[in-house]
Amino acid sequence: MNAKGKVIKYGNNIDTDVIIPARHLNTTDEKVLASHCMEDLDKSFPGRVGEGCTIIVAGKNFGCGSSREHAPLAIKASGIACVIASDFARIFYRNSINIGLPIVECPEAAASIEDGDEVEVFFDSGVIKNLTKSAEYKMTPFPPFLQAIISAGGLIAAAEKNLLGD
Amino acid sequence: MGMTMSQKILAEHCGLPSLRAGDIVMAQLDMVLGNDITSPVAVKEYARLGSPCVFDCNKIALVMDHFTPNKDIKAAEQCKTVREFARENEIVNFFDVGEVGVEHALLPEKGLVGSGDLVIGADSHTCTYGALGAFSTGVGSTDMAYAMATGKAWFKVPSAIKFVLKNKPQKWVSGKDIILHIIGKIGVNGAQYKSMEFTGDGIEHLSMDDRLCMANMAIEAGAKNGIFEVDEKTVEYEKANGRNNTRVFKADSDAEYDEVIEIDLSTIRPTVAFPHLPENTRTIDEVGEVEIDQVVIGSCTNGRLEDLEVAAAILEGKRVHRDCRVLIIPATQKIYLDAMEKGLLKTFIESGCAVSTPTCGPCLGGHMGILAKGERAVATTNRNFVGRMGHTESEVYLASPAVAAASAIAGKIASPGEV
Ligand code: SF4
Repeated sequence: MNAKGKVIKYGNNIDTDVIIPARHLNTTDEKVLASHCMEDLDKSFPGRVGEGCTIIVAGKNFGCGSSREHAPLAIKASGIACVIASDFARIFYRNSINIGLPIVECPEAAASIEDGDEVEVFFDSGVIKNLTKSAEYKMTPFPPFLQAIISAGGLIAAAEKNLLGD
Repeated sequence: MGMTMSQKILAEHCGLPSLRAGDIVMAQLDMVLGNDITSPVAVKEYARLGSPCVFDCNKIALVMDHFTPNKDIKAAEQCKTVREFARENEIVNFFDVGEVGVEHALLPEKGLVGSGDLVIGADSHTCTYGALGAFSTGVGSTDMAYAMATGKAWFKVPSAIKFVLKNKPQKWVSGKDIILHIIGKIGVNGAQYKSMEFTGDGIEHLSMDDRLCMANMAIEAGAKNGIFEVDEKTVEYEKANGRNNTRVFKADSDAEYDEVIEIDLSTIRPTVAFPHLPENTRTIDEVGEVEIDQVVIGSCTNGRLEDLEVAAAILEGKRVHRDCRVLIIPATQKIYLDAMEKGLLKTFIESGCAVSTPTCGPCLGGHMGILAKGERAVATTNRNFVGRMGHTESEVYLASPAVAAASAIAGKIASPGEV
């Protein structure tokens, strides 16, 4: 499994209120959620994703704030293939795994990759390649239990396939 | 190697003699919670599992508190989805308008969560119940769906920071000031993925409402959970709410902590978090002149009876500033009724405040008090992110009920000692 695309870069503490503002939480429709993703932070977001910027790179504590699963859902439904951050807020982290949005913790990559760089993420070998800068970063691998959920495409899919034990 | 309080509760719930930080486990849950925003997503995911029935209709709580009484058609439809699900599955603890309170005030008050329990909720402030000595943590809707079917959730066992609280807080200093002080000190990711374990002889000076407020905001430091050592006050509180089975999990003397932080409660001043992060704290002595347009006293952080009592004591016989709108939102119907019987609601109304039925309302910028561009609010809530209470160019200042009430009178952020 891998993900390739140009990068949209954000800073530290990107919270769930800017990823998807609460005023739009009166729906569970992924397409509607995606149409409002990041609108309070970055109006150019949907346009850039449409032009091939399918990887988000951010600093510390990405996804902090509420438990709304609407946040990773909105990001995924926008067409983002992977989020790389220095680290993630914990509920966002587990929600992403549970819904099958690929996320990667890599402080080195988060520091060095710049907006607009072209990046390829190799999930199996745990390598991130920066094609623009010809650089390579090693990411922290997931423990096997979580890897099984991610590979299945999320928690519900993993449960359907009986991957979680009884 | 010894275990922390949080690790012990987790170990018990997955039937293992011991656990270490970093282990991944499946554990049995005592309560699964969802609200009107997160449950509709969970109901959708639950349907995909094709489970014949929920794991236990007594151990699921569905609380319609965020956009209720329904603020618009879409919100009404979301609640309807949950209402139908609750009916079909005979969910005992379904709380709708008329009975509802803000979830994290409601569940402890109803005795639905308590010491030694393992609780997940599809709401980040589920960490509140740590005040009672429970391990409780916020998760997402998919976790909630899986838990409703199986009664289980996966956990990565957290390491912990131990906070040793010492001495007695000064007058006007509440749990809110203490937790804001701590978040200001360690930052919004200072406890990322970790447990915050509160111990020390200072705890005896903190009421249960103080502790609930502090555990509530553990998530604002990035923590997985916040937990207090159980004492007589916990036992009394649980008894009053119909639980006679207080269960004590004490940390082992050789439990390993990432860090031990001592907090001298006697040196903490009333504290305010400036926009747009809860870590941007200043003491009341450092705030300067900040004029405000609105005050909100309520939420799962500070909408409990003691909070209203403190605010009413300050507002008694005074008028709120004419340029300031003041909203009082008791967190549950019981708190509303108690406040009425104690005459607090009369005080609020006579001083020019609006009193609302229990709802999350403005806390998350849902309804009932949205801010316009450029407006500022002092709120007893827990988050002040960009756009949290309305327009992206509005501002939220987080404070205790005492500071909020004093500010309501002054029309600017003010110290309770001054008004
Ligand atoms: S009062 Fe605010 S923080 Fe608490 S549950 Fe409601 S929206 Fe969330």
